[in-house]
Amino acid sequence: MKKLVKEDIHPKIIQRLLSSETEISFDDALENEMVLNMGPQHPATHGVLRLVLRLDGETVVACVPELGYLHRGYEKMAENMTYYEFIPHTDRLDYLSPPANNVAFVLACEKLAGLEAPVRANYIRMLVAELTRMGSHLVAIGALAMDVGALTVFLWTLREREKILDLFDIICGARFTTSYTRIGGVAFDVTDEALKLTKNFIDQFEEKIDEIEKLLNSNKIFISRLEGVGVVSAEDAINLGLTGPLLRGSGVEHDLRRATPYLFYNEMDFNVPTYKEGDCLARYFVRCDELRESAKIILQVMDKMPKGEIILNSPKKVLPKKTEIYSKMEELIHDFMIVNYGINPPAGEIYSAVENPKGELGFYIVSKGEGHPWRLKIRSPSFVNLQSLPKLVVGHMLSDVVAIIGSIDPIMGEADK
Amino acid sequence: MQTILEQSLQTKFPEIKFVFSEYKNLIEIKFDKKYLTEVALFLKDDPRLSFSMCEDLTAIDWATSNNRFSMIYILFSLSNKFRIKLKVDLEEGEKVDSISAIWNSANWAERETYDMFGIEFNNHPDLRRMYMPEEFEYHPLRKEFPVMGIPGSLSLPK
Repeated sequence: MKKLVKEDIHPKIIQRLLSSETEISFDDALENEMVLNMGPQHPATHGVLRLVLRLDGETVVACVPELGYLHRGYEKMAENMTYYEFIPHTDRLDYLSPPANNVAFVLACEKLAGLEAPVRANYIRMLVAELTRMGSHLVAIGALAMDVGALTVFLWTLREREKILDLFDIICGARFTTSYTRIGGVAFDVTDEALKLTKNFIDQFEEKIDEIEKLLNSNKIFISRLEGVGVVSAEDAINLGLTGPLLRGSGVEHDLRRATPYLFYNEMDFNVPTYKEGDCLARYFVRCDELRESAKIILQVMDKMPKGEIILNSPKKVLPKKTEIYSKMEELIHDFMIVNYGINPPAGEIYSAVENPKGELGFYIVSKGEGHPWRLKIRSPSFVNLQSLPKLVVGHMLSDVVAIIGSIDPIMGEADK
Repeated sequence: MQTILEQSLQTKFPEIKFVFSEYKNLIEIKFDKKYLTEVALFLKDDPRLSFSMCEDLTAIDWATSNNRFSMIYILFSLSNKFRIKLKVDLEEGEKVDSISAIWNSANWAERETYDMFGIEFNNHPDLRRMYMPEEFEYHPLRKEFPVMGIPGSLSLPK
């Protein structure tokens, strides 16, 4: 391995890392405090996150995260494409939960354009969003367990997630990059068969999550690796803008599904799990409880889902069906106009946010009445949550950094945009 | 909520001209940028309002010769379950006060805004680029920056 030299790290990062009086040798690591470069290619950083750590022995004294290794300029790209064209790009934001991102984006577009999707479409959106939440939390739990050395759990949770991806294959037509929602509805209807398979999955899921919890909750190594590690108080969590399991793990009962209800979440009966401790273990418990709550919501959604239209009949804003484009002149014209010029929502600025698995995913869209957004800002939960990392890791051991990153569960596709 | 907001802001800051507007259930408060930190502190600390969370902040490039940029701050009150938006206008090259001391969450968001628009923040603890490399000379989300990028602007790794 090549030795880290001072020229490898940008002077501004070094300045940030070191206080004015410290003496650090890059040549002899055993002599005094040392600088360690972790990532961007590191299995425990969940993607291309780079951390520059200053260590005293094995204890972290300072930490500077460096982002941008997966920066693709989505906000710039969005300004040069129509709203419809941006839907597939939302799959690549939080790439563990594409359908939830799709739902978040079309809800923002519908708010901007003043459309309201049919009731059945909104129920289907809730169904895929909750399935996504389960899939995402399963990966988060599995990866956290793997980071602290329990490999079996990762295999078990991925096996469960595989079943969810199979459901997406049937419902959305794709396992991973679904691009399922459309402005004004969803792309395909869910069949009764798909609903039956979802029901079967939920029925056996309770048992599986019990199995996973049995493996972890009485595991002394797992508990002692996470308990009291990376503690963030409720006050700090709010000040840092944390959302999702991190905020609820610190004892703040805040969930956008409750606070600013969207879709039909106000009709659903579910709890918002909160834990007071604010450590890595509490975040793990929150995720486990949310798996159960999501399963509960899915059962209610399937009970209440009415029959009916899945896409709005609004020819100037909503893409017509393929068969109609090929057989009717009017539909062909509308399709041409929407594909080439976009849906031209009225001029205005909106902010629309939903509760994604990782936290609050918001879109701030500025329209000037054109087919393209003038500005589209993505408020990604991973970006904001990662900001707490330097505060969480200070004073802990180097090996705890891995556990803390696992409990934050950042997705770099979303953090780097 | 809107009336409480208007009343308390007007009584607390009689010298500031606030412009209130509402679009799709989101209240916008527009005012001069030099009062930003005072107003932000008041909105956070006032017990009736308590906008304890700064969800997002960003800039908009209007590509006009005067008032080129607008800064947008989205605040959320956990106790009232209420969201508002602050807006201040900026000329090109003007600086704006940092609010990262009031809400820590603004720290990286301001770095991102600096990276993408070249707007500098007074009293920011660590104003570096967020995504682009330090050597990069341009600000990509400005409207004059081409979507295709500028050839040769990013140096290849050594």
